[in-house]
Amino acid sequence: MGRVLAVIIWIITLLSVLLFVSGKWWFPTPISEHAPALDRQFMITIVVVGLSFTAAQIGLGWMVWKYRDTGKSGDRAIYTHGSNRLEVLWTVITAFVFIALGVMGQSVWASLRLHDAPPGSYSVEVVAQQFQWNFHYAGKDNKFGRTDPKFIDDSALNFVGLDSSDPSGADDAVTTALAIPVNRPVELRLRSKDVIHNFWVPQLRFKQDLVPGMEIKVHFTANKIGKYELACAELCGQLHFKMKSYMLVLPEEEIQALQGLPQEQFQAKMVELLAKYPLPTYQ
Amino acid sequence: MSVEHHEGVHRHPAPTGFIRKYIFSVDHKVIGIQYILLALAAVAVGMVMSLLMRLNLSWPGTSWPILETLFPTGAPGGVMNPEFYLSLVTMHGTIMVFFVLTTAPQGGFGNYFLPIQIGAEDMAFPVLNMMSFWVTLLGFIVILLAIFVEGNQSLGQLFAGLGPSFAGGSGTVGPIGGWTGYAPLSALGKIAGPGQGAGMNLWVISIAIFCVGSLLGALNFITTLLNMRTKGMSLMRMPLTCWAWFTTAVLALLSFPVLLGGGILLLLDRIAGTSFFIPSGLYVSGLLSGSNPNFPLHTGGSPILWQHLFWFFGHPEVYIAILPGMGATSHILATFARKPVFGYRAMVFAIFAIGLLGFFVWGHHMFISGMSPYSAIAFSVLTLSIGVPSAVKTFNWLGTLWGSRIRFTTAMLFALGFVSLFVAGGITGLILGQSSLDLAMHDTYIVTAHFHLVMGVASIFGMFAALYFWFPKMFGRFMNEGLGKIHFWLTFVGVYTIFVPMHIMGIVGMPRRYASFGEYEFLKTLHPLVLLVSVAAIITISAQLIFYFNVFWSIFKGKKASDNPWEATTLEWTTATPPPHDNFAGVLPTVYHGPYEFAVPGAPRDFVMQTDIDTEVPSGNGHNGHKH
Amino acid sequence: MATMVTSTRPPVIKKGSGRGPSLPGPNGNGSKRRGPLPDPDSRANRYRIGMWVGLASIAMMFTSLSSAYIVRYASANDWLPLAIPRAMFASTALILISSVTLELARRKLKRSFQNAYTRYLLLTALLGLAFLSSQLIAWRQLARQGIYLASNPHSSFFYLLTGAHAVHLLGGLLALGFLWVRSRRVLSEPALIARRQATADAVTIYWHFMDGLWIYLFLLLFLWR
Repeated sequence: MGRVLAVIIWIITLLSVLLFVSGKWWFPTPISEHAPALDRQFMITIVVVGLSFTAAQIGLGWMVWKYRDTGKSGDRAIYTHGSNRLEVLWTVITAFVFIALGVMGQSVWASLRLHDAPPGSYSVEVVAQQFQWNFHYAGKDNKFGRTDPKFIDDSALNFVGLDSSDPSGADDAVTTALAIPVNRPVELRLRSKDVIHNFWVPQLRFKQDLVPGMEIKVHFTANKIGKYELACAELCGQLHFKMKSYMLVLPEEEIQALQGLPQEQFQAKMVELLAKYPLPTYQ
Repeated sequence: MSVEHHEGVHRHPAPTGFIRKYIFSVDHKVIGIQYILLALAAVAVGMVMSLLMRLNLSWPGTSWPILETLFPTGAPGGVMNPEFYLSLVTMHGTIMVFFVLTTAPQGGFGNYFLPIQIGAEDMAFPVLNMMSFWVTLLGFIVILLAIFVEGNQSLGQLFAGLGPSFAGGSGTVGPIGGWTGYAPLSALGKIAGPGQGAGMNLWVISIAIFCVGSLLGALNFITTLLNMRTKGMSLMRMPLTCWAWFTTAVLALLSFPVLLGGGILLLLDRIAGTSFFIPSGLYVSGLLSGSNPNFPLHTGGSPILWQHLFWFFGHPEVYIAILPGMGATSHILATFARKPVFGYRAMVFAIFAIGLLGFFVWGHHMFISGMSPYSAIAFSVLTLSIGVPSAVKTFNWLGTLWGSRIRFTTAMLFALGFVSLFVAGGITGLILGQSSLDLAMHDTYIVTAHFHLVMGVASIFGMFAALYFWFPKMFGRFMNEGLGKIHFWLTFVGVYTIFVPMHIMGIVGMPRRYASFGEYEFLKTLHPLVLLVSVAAIITISAQLIFYFNVFWSIFKGKKASDNPWEATTLEWTTATPPPHDNFAGVLPTVYHGPYEFAVPGAPRDFVMQTDIDTEVPSGNGHNGHKH
Repeated sequence: MATMVTSTRPPVIKKGSGRGPSLPGPNGNGSKRRGPLPDPDSRANRYRIGMWVGLASIAMMFTSLSSAYIVRYASANDWLPLAIPRAMFASTALILISSVTLELARRKLKRSFQNAYTRYLLLTALLGLAFLSSQLIAWRQLARQGIYLASNPHSSFFYLLTGAHAVHLLGGLLALGFLWVRSRRVLSEPALIARRQATADAVTIYWHFMDGLWIYLFLLLFLWR
């Protein structure tokens, strides 16, 4: 029984490791500046995780194989209550490894979250609702028109509550897909109309909750042109799984071209761009 | 082997009559069994729900005739709609976490065996103990009501007149919000969508009731352990199960009140128009806050406040779910390895460390919630450090096995399985605890894989081990070992097959709580894994039928057991099988040794019971009550 | 404790250790008492211990509500603090005096003045009832000004915190009633006498806690605003 258990544990361990290293299923290709550092930290962590997992399972299997009771009479286990030296040793080593990982695991976070978007960032206001994304662009004047909940009227297509009396809003556009420039810091100002949502593009390696009652500013820099799927990553109701949109990472000229356009033309151009860029291939 | 004894005090005579003996009993043993039966019922409901979830994810759009009969609104034509699926997610989580993982390990086995293992005739407050069970059962009934209030049209309309949040009948099997019930979705009422009406009210009420039951139990455990240990049973001679139950009770005592507070605030937001969690300026389903009787005015609340209150409870809760299993594993490993627990003192410190640190890491559920990024850093580093005592425990389990003589009973297999699964599940905490990595991993299936492996599998294995181990003492008969071994193998291989692929799904990016994965291109490659998981789930869930049969058949027809069939050392094995009403037939035991004196050199047998006055155990080598 | 013993070497037994450690005191919990077993006082201790344990959980609940109070205060600018309803001062005086009377009751019982115990118990219960009435008056004073539970975050917390406190006090009142009914009995067995003292002690601890909690809530609601 001990031998069978050991073998089964080892087979499970082997299959699990193979599943991870097979390469068949892994993170999608990264498209942001911070992604390589994040992926590197993940690799270091998963190696530690994998080694610990494997070592523990091999150890467990070895124990149950070697120390199974073979029925020889008079045989007793080794009488020991433990070893203080070992306790100190493995506690210190484990603490060192875990806390080192923990400290290392803060650097990408700190680079993204502890300071505001750098000057010259491209800002977009993101307003989430059940079950659609709304992206509010500031237009050529780089000023967002004033918004207020009392102006929101979904049936009149004023999803973000633009105040029509505010002149700086005259050149603003609101669409359901996101277009950002490549190789330039992007600042997202995240808001929600109703419940908590979460902005997520897997290739970006970036997530943030959109909390009603708060405006949360985050920033990142995308460095690969293309069209990427955008998903909601915080349960927001029955159509949470369908709250889908796209993020377009565009060359600077196309962003400039978009910026000058009034609402209808902006939307039409977005449709055109969405058709122009394909999704990445997944094997 | 003679046993010195001293007089106990008869606090109450044994009850007569069926009702006082088996229904409204104050006997901790009966109450323990009642909790275990409750958990067995709850886990069956939870498993059926997870089965339905897997069917929907793997074969979407399929018509399941039974659903059409039972839930015509939620599954029209037998095809689950998304709100039906999400209500399954919510109820599965709620029922499993509360009514399975927080009942059987502590209220079930803890209630039965803590008093006996410390040499007491009962808990400190037997009547309170009885009340804690019945209050918990009431909570279970209320959560089941949520199924009917949402699933049935006429029942759902019963309360609709009371207010906008009271309408039910949305066709789901309960509220939608996940077991975490984040505000404001959970606070807004019917206007926020199906499953946000009466079912959600019942959910909050059920949890509030459960909090009360849990607190009553925790009070009892702590007082009993502090006050009622028998002569010679010093703290460092207690079995590790007692340490685990004690720490779990302290965690429950200090965390459940916070959930209760949060739940009251949520209920007030829903039915009394307050704005603890609902901010200003909301526009929901085409209505502006305050513009319509269906959507009264709310201003200034903080959704993140709910998360803080919930997770301040929620994180200790997961340690409440796992600590008793750790205690049972240590206990059972030592017994069937015929060897003392390696590093008993370190094990006690590790239990304390896990319990204490467990209160300081709740923010790791909230890294990207919008809370301060500086606090995220603090929570992250603390979270990684909580892995240290858990690792220490794993090393000590392996140390216990080293140099041992292992007897592979079913209980031992499950205890070994616990070690394997706890490592598998716990180790991914290293990934999820890092704030940077959480940017990619939050709300994906890697989170689901992690917590299922630790809570939904390791913890359950702890319970299985405990039941196979203590069954002979509780019922005087063994569970069938052959069936037990089949149960073990199917379940062990099954749960690995279910949950290891989920890590990969999370890495690719599969989000949690999605009713369907068909909308996104990047998820399409995962379909073979989704199928594999579901097939494994179907087999594993079916295998549990063997377990249920074994339990109930063995109570009546199992092989008869003696007082100490496993040749174990702790106090429960010194008394009759099953124990008499006052546990020790009026004569409380005296303890001379530590709890795990196996393989003592020179002793006549390979184990020395705690009450054995005749056998010497080498001092300086163990924990015989010395203060070092 | 660190020595590892293998099966080939004889165990190291310290000289003079004899047959293991000496037996600890009468109760496993390390009590220093050396009296006959089981000690009635230590059995009765469970009521006191249980009460402290229970109070820890009640304290945690009010802590969580307090932190919600503080966060809500800071989270938006719609906070309009109430003026203290006048009845609240009467409440404070009543509960403070009731703590004194209950403490007196408890001490009378300790010195076996059973009749005095009963009388002071009754007095405390009446003061407790008066406290609850003054709470109701305070709520009505607010309602007359049109301030209800949902009017304002501060008023929400006012009603919630005073309401939660009142519910717990009502429980204490029921416990007082239970003690009062039992107080007439003449007891001779030491175990039962110890138990009666312990239950009186426990209820007194609870009542003092309710008093302290009241002061704390009063300060929270009307100083932190």
